[in-house]
Formats: sequence, structure tokens, C-alpha cells
Amino acid sequence: MAKVIGAVVVNNEECKGCGLCVVACPQDVLGQNKQVNSRGYHYSFMKNPEACIGCSNCATVCPDTCITVYRVKI
Amino acid sequence: MELKDIINPNNLVYEKPELLTENTMHYCPGCSHGVVHKLLAEVIEDLDIQDKTIGVSPVGCAVFAYNYIEIDWQEAAHGRAPAVATGIARTNPDKVVFTYQGDGDLASIGAAEILHACNRGENMVVIFVNNGIYGMTGGQMAPTTLIGQVTATTPNGRDVGRNGYPLKITELIAQLPGTSYVTRQSVHTPATIRKCKKAIAKAFQAALDKKGTSFVEVVSTCNMNWKMTPVKANEWMVENMFPFYVPGDLKDSSKADPESYTPLKN
Amino acid sequence: MGELRLMKGNEVIAEAAIRCGCDAYFGYPITPQSEVMETLMDREPWDETGMVVLQAESEIASIHMIYGAAASGKKVITSSSSPGISLMAEGISYIAGAELPCVIVNVQRGGPGLGTIQPSQADYWQSTKGGGHGDYRLIVLAPSSVQEMNDFVELGFKLAFKYRNPAMILTDGVIGQTMEKVILSDYIPRLTDEEINEKYGSWATNGRKPGRQRNIITSLEMDSGRMEQNNLRLQAKYAKMEEEEVLFEEFQCEDAEYLLVAFGSSSRICQKTVDLAREKGIKVGLLRPITLFPFPKKPIAALAKQVKGILVVEMNAGQMVEDVQLAAGCAIPVKHFGRMGGIIPSPGEVVEALEQKLIGG
Repeated sequence: MAKVIGAVVVNNEECKGCGLCVVACPQDVLGQNKQVNSRGYHYSFMKNPEACIGCSNCATVCPDTCITVYRVKI
Repeated sequence: MELKDIINPNNLVYEKPELLTENTMHYCPGCSHGVVHKLLAEVIEDLDIQDKTIGVSPVGCAVFAYNYIEIDWQEAAHGRAPAVATGIARTNPDKVVFTYQGDGDLASIGAAEILHACNRGENMVVIFVNNGIYGMTGGQMAPTTLIGQVTATTPNGRDVGRNGYPLKITELIAQLPGTSYVTRQSVHTPATIRKCKKAIAKAFQAALDKKGTSFVEVVSTCNMNWKMTPVKANEWMVENMFPFYVPGDLKDSSKADPESYTPLKN
Repeated sequence: MGELRLMKGNEVIAEAAIRCGCDAYFGYPITPQSEVMETLMDREPWDETGMVVLQAESEIASIHMIYGAAASGKKVITSSSSPGISLMAEGISYIAGAELPCVIVNVQRGGPGLGTIQPSQADYWQSTKGGGHGDYRLIVLAPSSVQEMNDFVELGFKLAFKYRNPAMILTDGVIGQTMEKVILSDYIPRLTDEEINEKYGSWATNGRKPGRQRNIITSLEMDSGRMEQNNLRLQAKYAKMEEEEVLFEEFQCEDAEYLLVAFGSSSRICQKTVDLAREKGIKVGLLRPITLFPFPKKPIAALAKQVKGILVVEMNAGQMVEDVQLAAGCAIPVKHFGRMGGIIPSPGEVVEALEQKLIGG
């Protein structure tokens, strides 16, 4: 069976740290950064990147459209 | 495989739709408006109708919707978007017109305008974002506020004796012969967002096919004024709003007798 | 040449709208102007020119339909009477704020409140000083004959599009209901979408064409600095109107020792007053403002140097008289004579008022 691996890129400055992507992720890939961006938000990041399957759930729920998703079949 | 090998344009599966502008949305973190805007941009892009779509954004948090989607827009007075859209649609019958209204706007101050536009069957799409509260003015009671719900003007909860009942306006709209498609959606999970996108696409297709008014309610959150985190607000919505504002199609004339809908003359 | 007909003022508004290439009329019935929409519905212009006619659910809805259609570059007109215009005030302010062209016809009736259905000129302040919220002006045209009901529809549109500003035809139940002979204008074709794009493509919201930015019609601006700039732009526009668009008419002013100032139907009455007064040996002239905004300040100021006193005749409690006082200055007395509640003064009554208030009879 082909394995799928993915990755997401969060636009740190656009992220408002709402956390909706964190709960939408079925693989527990995302977390909220302890750091804040210039607007004071705890932007999302891949705390567990190797678990990402590129399903796009995080980007789908993101109200600020600040997540881009990539996916590769290997 | 390393991250830099995955993050490559060839492997792209999800990106911001081109029709969304670079402007940072003014909405609070976790606001449902952002998701609905994104879906609208995607649908307009998918249907390739950006050169013939005109949006109407009346007073409410989403009055600034015109800052975010690359189409022609008209800002409208509170509640009057369906009248404004009527003016556009009647004089531009080859264009696709939609209104983007909140619950205070559509179900309170603009109740007359929405009912009559839908009853005339104006060829347009209505996107109705219902979060049960006035967002922009700071969380006052809306016509759709639930019984017992705490708002800035119902600090002890909405009391039926004092404030009357929450208004299921979408159910009223579905009774009107001018509407061809009336549905209630939500955008709180990836699955419901994908479903909502299909509903919006169907509504826009109905406008292209001149099928009268299509009405998409999106039951939404206003976490800031509900005084909850975005994640908690979604849970609260499912638990409290869905039993009263039940998601699903209320009317779908594409499944009924196609003769049952008479398109407008003139 | 145009076609000669015997018609009511209200019917002529409808006929002129069709003939001048209007794209749409949106309105709501109210006495004494319901014939406007009735005539349009009877004429069925949608078959003839493609003009849309729609009976809205309220005056509020009609004016916002006007907003939507005007914002897409269309030539649109509505009509109502005083209480209905009050309901439209919200939309009129938005139209002025968003700088959209349109023509609004007010066939005035007596107020305040539900008032009466008889004629009045008591909406002078509402029309010329704004009427809705915010600093804005309407171009206000005051016809005094059924012929001018015809002529001012096209003139209203010409000025409305020139300035991207709403224009109002301020008339009353007298002119609206009177039948007179009228030479109707020749037909002007409606603009095609291509012509609209060519003329108004820089602002009209009729679909973002490839290669142009999205057009946004709004009166909203959260930045107070930019909002002040918007206001200054509007004020510059109004100043230009005052410089270039003033219209007025003088009757027997050359040798006048006293001056009547009256607009619309009152000016028709005052024409007879001038004749009656002159038969009595009183040298009186009449100045009739045609544009109430911009107001003919300069000609009034000039005549104020010539005459001994001015009587302003209006079917209201005294509204335009304030503008005449400002224009005339303090050197001569400026008095008001008016009837209210739907009562039309007779020419003889005005002569008496002139004698009592100015000559000292």
C-alpha cells in the first residue's frame, strides 16, 4: 500500500491562533506555538511533522486561509 | 523524505483561492465568516463567474466582505441587501448577484426586504450567516438568539416574556414560492465545510440557471461575543443551536416538479 | 419635434422616463403620485425599450433597489410623496454618500406626519438641506408646469450623471395632478452594457472585467482622515454645482420695486399676482428659482439692491425664506407669505400679503 506523507506551511503572520486547525487534524500534527507573531497570536506549527498525511483538514477549517498543504505518495 | 522535498509546487493540494485578496481579514480569531468567504471565493472561481458576479454586503461584521473577494461589490444599508440585489438583478439579468447577510440584518431589520425578495423569486443567492447574536455592535440579542442565551442585552438570558421567541426565518423562507433551493449548513468541521461548499455551489448554479432565489443559511459561531474559545464555540453550537436550527435541505426544487417554479418575467 | 399631448404631470414623469432611456423604475404607491407607476405599468415599457418597472414592498425597498441598479451604472428613477420620501431618506443618504446618479421625484403633500393628500411645499428643507443623515446635498429641480415635468427628467439625469449625485424633482400635488399640454421628448435609446462599461466602467459594479480592478460601491470608511477627504470631495462637488448649475427665471423684474420669490406651483400663482399688482400700480417682479439646490443666491442678491422689499411665497410655514434672507442680506425687509395644510393661496391673497407685509397697506 502506498504511503502518503504531507506537510503544511502556516503563514505565521496571518495566523490568528484560533486553534481550529489543531482540533481538525486527525493525526495530531499541529500545535500552537508558545511564541507569538507580531500581532500577538500563538500561531500554529507542525509539532509532529512526520505524522502529516496532507489531508487538508487544517487548511479547510482555517478561517484566515493561512495554511498551504502539500502531499506526496511514496 | 525531507520536508523541503514535500513542500514543492508539484505536491500542492490546498492553497488560498486566487479570488481571495491579500488583505488580512478583520474578523476575530476563529470566526466562521472567514471560512464562508473562502468557500464563496472557491465556488466563484470554480464556476469561473468572477466577471459576472456582484456581491452585496450590508451592515454587520461582514460589511467589509468587499475587502476580501476579488469581484465587484456593493455595500448596503442595514437589512436592505435583498432590495439592493433586486435592483442589480432586475437591471442586469445576465449577472449573478448574491447577498451576504447576518442574522440581525436578515431576520430583524431586513425581514421585510428578504421575505419580499424571496417571495418575488428574485434571481439571486442569499448567504445567511446565523450566529444568534449581533457581532459588530458588541454581542446584543439577535432575532435568532436562543431562549436563555446570554447576550449584552439579555444579561440574564433571553426571556420569552420579555424578548419573544427565536425566529426560524429560514423555515419561513422555504415556504415562499419564489425560492427554489433553501438549505441550512454549517462550517465547523472539514466534512460540513465541504458539504457547505457544495450547497453554495448549487445555489450559484441555480442563479446561473435563473431558478429564482437560492438561500443558504450557515449556522455559525461568534466565539468572541459568546465569550468562548473558537473550539468551545463550535461545541456549544452543535449542542445548543443544531437542535433548534436543524442542518439540512429545507427545499430543493431540483428534486421536485421542475414546473413548480415559474421564473420571473421582465 | 416632439409629440404634443394633453397629460397630467404625474403621467408625464412616467412618459419622460421611458422616452429618455431609463433602465428601471422602482416605486411604491402613495397619493398624490400613484399615476407615475400606474402609467408605467399600463405602458409596459419592458416590451418597448426593455425598461424594468417594479412595485416594491415599501419606499425603503424602492430606494435601495435604486441604489443597487444605479451602482451598476444604470439610469434609474423613483417617485414618491412626502411621507414616502421620509422613508427613503436612509437610502438617499447612502446614494449621496456612495456618489450614485439617480432621479427621485417628490410630489409633495401636506405634513407633518401623515398630514394630508393635498399639495404642499413643506419638504423644501428636507430636499435642499439633506433630509437624511450626514453632510450631503441633492440637486433639486422645481418644475412649475407639466412641460417641465417632462423636461426635468432628462435634465435631472444629465446633472445626476455629471456629478454622480442624486437629483430630485421637487414638485407637488398641483403640478402632479394638473393636465396641461406638453411636448414630449423624443426617444433616447437605453445604453447598452458596452456603452455603460465605456462610460462608467471606472466605477460601475456590473461584473469585474478582465484587466480591471474590482469596483466597490460603498459609503463606509473607518479611517476618519479618509472619511474627511470623502466629505471634502463631496463639498467640492456641491461648490461646483453652485458655480455652474444655477437655474432661475425672472418675470418683469427690470423695473420692479418689490420682488416676489416663489418656486414650483407657487410661482405660477405669483405670475398672476404680478399682473394683478401691476394693474393696481405696484411695480412688482417675480424671481423663480428653478434649481433649489444650487440656490440662485447671486441673482437674488443683485435684485435686493434694486427693490424695496422681498416677499417669499411658499405653501409652507416659511422655509425657502431663510435662503432668500441669507442671499438678500439685511438692507431690505424679506417677508414670508404661505398657506399650509394643502391650501393653495390665490393670486389676490398674495397681493394683499404684499401690501400688508411690505408696502404697508
